[in-house]
Amino acid sequence: MFIDFFLKLRDARVPASLKEYLMLLEAMDREVAGYSVDDFYYLSRASLVKDERNLDKFDRVFGEVFKGIEALGEAIDEEIPEEWLRKLAEKMLTEEEKAKIEALGGWEKVMETLKERLREQRRRHQGGNKWIGTAGTSPFGAYGYNPEGVRIGQDENRHHRAIKVWDKREFKNLDDDVKLGTRNIKVALRRLRRFAREGAPSELDLPGTIRSTAHNGYLDIHMVPERRNQVKVLLFLDVGGSMDPHVRTVEELFSAARSEFKHLEYFYFHNCLYEGVWKDNRRRHAESIDTWDVLHTYPADYKVIFVGDASMSPYEIAYPGGSVEHWNEEPGILWMQRLLDVYAHAVWLNPVPAAAWDSMASIQMVRQIMGGHMYQLTLDGLDQAMRELSR
Amino acid sequence: MEKRFESTDTYIATEDLMVAVNASVALERPLLIKGEPGTGKTVLAEEIAKALGKPLIQWHIKSTTKALHGLYEYDAVARLRDSQLGDERVHDISNYIVKGKLWEAFDLDEKPVLLIDEIDKADIEFPNDLLLELDRMEFHVYETRQTIRARQRPIVLITSNNEKELPDAFLRRCFFHYIRFPERDTMERIIAVHYPGLQKRLVTEALNAFYDIREVPGLKKKPSTSELLDWIKLLLIEDIPPEALRTGNKKDIIPPLYGALLKNEQDVHMFERLAFLHRREGS
Repeated sequence: MFIDFFLKLRDARVPASLKEYLMLLEAMDREVAGYSVDDFYYLSRASLVKDERNLDKFDRVFGEVFKGIEALGEAIDEEIPEEWLRKLAEKMLTEEEKAKIEALGGWEKVMETLKERLREQRRRHQGGNKWIGTAGTSPFGAYGYNPEGVRIGQDENRHHRAIKVWDKREFKNLDDDVKLGTRNIKVALRRLRRFAREGAPSELDLPGTIRSTAHNGYLDIHMVPERRNQVKVLLFLDVGGSMDPHVRTVEELFSAARSEFKHLEYFYFHNCLYEGVWKDNRRRHAESIDTWDVLHTYPADYKVIFVGDASMSPYEIAYPGGSVEHWNEEPGILWMQRLLDVYAHAVWLNPVPAAAWDSMASIQMVRQIMGGHMYQLTLDGLDQAMRELSR
Repeated sequence: MEKRFESTDTYIATEDLMVAVNASVALERPLLIKGEPGTGKTVLAEEIAKALGKPLIQWHIKSTTKALHGLYEYDAVARLRDSQLGDERVHDISNYIVKGKLWEAFDLDEKPVLLIDEIDKADIEFPNDLLLELDRMEFHVYETRQTIRARQRPIVLITSNNEKELPDAFLRRCFFHYIRFPERDTMERIIAVHYPGLQKRLVTEALNAFYDIREVPGLKKKPSTSELLDWIKLLLIEDIPPEALRTGNKKDIIPPLYGALLKNEQDVHMFERLAFLHRREGS
């Protein structure tokens, strides 16, 4: 019945399963919701979407698939009272703009054209410069730029209809690709934590002992391995220069990371990794640490996370002396590779949106060095990165 | 036909919430509720129980809660003690089986509302351990070798604060609803329900101040519905005039009794700094 809709949802990567689709059909069969589009929208949303991050995608697909359906039943013949439009226009328009309307042939003319268009147009429209819809430059429709524009589709009686609900895309902020707050990072970083029970048994398993003692009738002591957070992380943060706009996001990640791991070491670098890193950004020149020391101090089971935008001149990666801050004897790429040789698990988190990566040569280079393990600094990207690290 | 869930005189339900609740009641599937803290997730269960006239059983989850705790617990320690004392009860193991919340819900003759509150607090495997039990509404007691079946499939409501991701297999069995932060007119209705007869002007000013605060960028914890209601209650007790709430004037950006709205000293601090800046601009 709604197979196209279901398949489109899957195409848009809303993880709806067959079971959920059947659940929706069952609900329809039982007449849980009424027969209006609104009710169907709410019902299908409750049964097909299980994560608020996907609500926005769902709204978009719903809008696309059922575009026009709601209009078939109700809206075609609906006339917009002219008085109302006129009143609204008078309120909205400045004297200057009113003069422009005159230029278009006067108010009467505008209204006439509008009516004509309304008759011609049988479906919802967005963009463009002729039809009535949103965000266009036609004189008719909402959010337009035409000074003699008339707002349509924002009136009170339409206010509570669901078409508005999914058109508003209220859940946009919950989409994976957008939001990254401290709490979200915590959720993602938690994947890194593994409460691996390994090593010699060292803790008295009290419930286990009592249970087996009660079962057996004699004292039967059980031991379990101590629960310990096994994840060790080296964090390299790019500071200064092109990263400054991203510093806030990175700091959020940083503050989340500190409370998440028992063994966490962090270092700062600038643009690309060279022979020295530092721990205190204020005294970066005085207290730099030899990168060799880092490689020798921390064993290979540490996991490495770089945070940086990797936006720089390609020379800073590939050539000796390419660094913008100092004379580097060896190219950054060599240092990166030395580090990656030691630590098998390494990812690079990039605050630059993935769509822009291809247009920046240095990002492509760093990505290649990292073996493709560069991820966007969004919740989704973090998720992927953490999954890669915990493999 | 079952009674349908609608807004009550103590709870304002949006239309999408009603559809979700009614769907889960009709299909006897669990309903998973997420949303900002303080938007009435837990209260919803009480209201559903009240609206449908069903008993409510609440199971609050903690980080140490195991799935088995909801089914039953075998009190081995009591049995060990009794065996030392030579108590007669010790021969029957069923004397030491303590019923959990789920069992309690299964045992009722009338269809109950079962609230599993803050499921994300528990271990990551917790939801998986309940899959079969919630699906078939039955479980097996190994100690006594009996199978417990629900007499009436309970209406299951699950809330989550999103601290952990829930497993896909679990999600597939649920209906889902995300309680969005209410819009202004919904909020007005909510306030009207909680404080009927409140001065219209006070509500307007309070809402203005409230949404202004929510708009301030960088707040650690945005105030939510429950905080707004608390705050209004305080305003009423202290008898604050509506005029005092007008944050528009630059002199005093911090609303009175803001402690009810801002729960984080950093947020309060930030607010004070903002107020200071405004005052300087004004002078």
